[in-house]
Amino acid sequence: MNYIEDVATLARKDLRLELRARDTLPAMLLFVLSTFVVFHFALPQGSGEAAAQGLLWVALVFTALLGLARSWAPEREGGVFDGLVLAPCDRSAIWLGKAAAVLVFLVAIEVVALPAFALFFEPLDGAAVAGVALANLGICAVGTLLAAMAAASRTRELILPLLFLPLAIPLVVGGVGSAISPEPGRYLLFLALYDAVFAIICWASFEYVVTE
Amino acid sequence: MSTSSRNSRVPALAALAAALVGLSLALVFFVAPEDADQGISQKIFYFHVPIALTAYACFGWGALKALLYLWRKDERYDLESYVGIHLGTVFGTLTLLTGSIWAKASWGVWWTWSSNQLVLFLVLFLFYCAYFMLRFSVEEGPRRASLSAVYALFGVVLVPVSFFAIRLASDFIHPTVFNREGPQMSGTMFATFCVAWGAITVLAYVLYRVELAGKLLDQHLRELREALA
Amino acid sequence: MIRARGLEKRYGRKRVLRGVDLDLAPGGFLVVTGPNGSGKTTLLRLCAGLALPSGGALEIVPDRARVGFLGHEGLLYRDLTALENLDLFGRLYRVPERRERIGMLLGRFGLWDARNERVAAFSRGMAQRLALCRAFLHDPDLLVLDEPFTALDGEGAALLDRELASLAGDRTFLVATHDPHRLAPLTSGRLALGAS
Repeated sequence: MNYIEDVATLARKDLRLELRARDTLPAMLLFVLSTFVVFHFALPQGSGEAAAQGLLWVALVFTALLGLARSWAPEREGGVFDGLVLAPCDRSAIWLGKAAAVLVFLVAIEVVALPAFALFFEPLDGAAVAGVALANLGICAVGTLLAAMAAASRTRELILPLLFLPLAIPLVVGGVGSAISPEPGRYLLFLALYDAVFAIICWASFEYVVTE
Repeated sequence: MSTSSRNSRVPALAALAAALVGLSLALVFFVAPEDADQGISQKIFYFHVPIALTAYACFGWGALKALLYLWRKDERYDLESYVGIHLGTVFGTLTLLTGSIWAKASWGVWWTWSSNQLVLFLVLFLFYCAYFMLRFSVEEGPRRASLSAVYALFGVVLVPVSFFAIRLASDFIHPTVFNREGPQMSGTMFATFCVAWGAITVLAYVLYRVELAGKLLDQHLRELREALA
Repeated sequence: MIRARGLEKRYGRKRVLRGVDLDLAPGGFLVVTGPNGSGKTTLLRLCAGLALPSGGALEIVPDRARVGFLGHEGLLYRDLTALENLDLFGRLYRVPERRERIGMLLGRFGLWDARNERVAAFSRGMAQRLALCRAFLHDPDLLVLDEPFTALDGEGAALLDRELASLAGDRTFLVATHDPHRLAPLTSGRLALGAS
């Protein structure tokens, strides 16, 4: 019970900070919409539905990266990381709270981005949206932990994409697959498995990422 | 010290590795029958597959040592994990190179996305390159060791996950145009394969011990220098 | 409360602490002095449990929930108000009667009027006072304070003096400071770190 409360406290704090600062969400939104427009010009005529679906995933992954890069910024600015590490709460709660907040941001962006995509390119069916929803979990879980790693590195913004992209490849496969395959069930199951496996690893290993 | 007594075996092992490599080369080129379809280019298979398997083994070893580090916090495990992953990356690169040569020889292209094994190694290559970038951008110490260890564990989980992802992807990314089955191995071929595999494994182990010894020596020197300062 | 023998800490190639011995009994007030770069901050971070020693033995009796820490940085969210910051940590530390305690601490450090202002708008002195509130919030048994008088004006320093005087003897203190004379009446032991 206490664990859940801690996670909720921390997630609430992140939402409050974003509502107040209002810098990350608008940037992510503008970025994803701009990317769609770029895609229109980048896709030669007659590229077909599949190409557009693929590009949707490129847009989502890079928009998520944008948000993830800033996810630990409030903790860095005040040196608060130490404060959270010192608190009696489980260290994994710090990760979970932050990942939950990033998830909320990502979903908020997608509420606008997915209809925009349907408007600009092709409609998205239920399986595609389910794919996005499942992949969100994986992106937030893994991305939040990697962002914490990157925060400890000298080359912060440079290294997060390098760490994240190889791990994002299976998510992209699952997402695109659920959108264009006649049998989306397999891909959705794969995404769910990815989420489960990596969430467990992230949950277990966050402790080691933050202690010195 | 136990290290030096273990190190004394290394030259003997190196000699063994050299001998095995020589033996396997001889077997591959003079004893093993030529493949009906692919001809002489198929011979690369005898090295390509063992190199790939050894790369996996190195990554697994690195991840094991990483787990031990997180559990015990002994610096030694961090070093062993690093050397394991370093070696794994080297062998991974060799896998990509030998795979590319084989593709060129068999199908006339230097790269193909339809070889699941090659694509998997490409993804792993990218992943482990990021490992080194991470490691070199964090100051030495328990922090760097912990981050490296966690990332190494992610890597070992990524292997099966990516493998399935690539399998799933092949349905809609590229239909399998080029079909490569593991050659049905006759007795001699199998024996040659085993010898080559043994040679690569011993070679990898020797390289591992040499690099580890070098890094430990480095560390001891630094500690001595500090103690004198 | 804290016992250390031959404590060592290395950051990368640099050895910051070498062969430090420390004994802090419950109720003690240990003052750590030393020139800049002598490792005071590192020692305090080790004793608070923020870092692990590279060598030697370190035993800290109270667990995380009973330790209060004040660092060089305030450990506060710049975009949250004073009240929100303390409420957050109050929840994480499961402080009983949270609102009352926060109100009391803010009052005692003269921050009640500024309670709804964002920390980013605080002066350094006010931020330091709030950081002290955060350290004392959960009524810890062990207080590790790194140069607590930094940036405090006369009034702030007097408030801190009062707090320390009222708690010393009951609680255990480990304080790093450039001004040991100020704390002389409370001090039960001294540790001087040499320059590395």
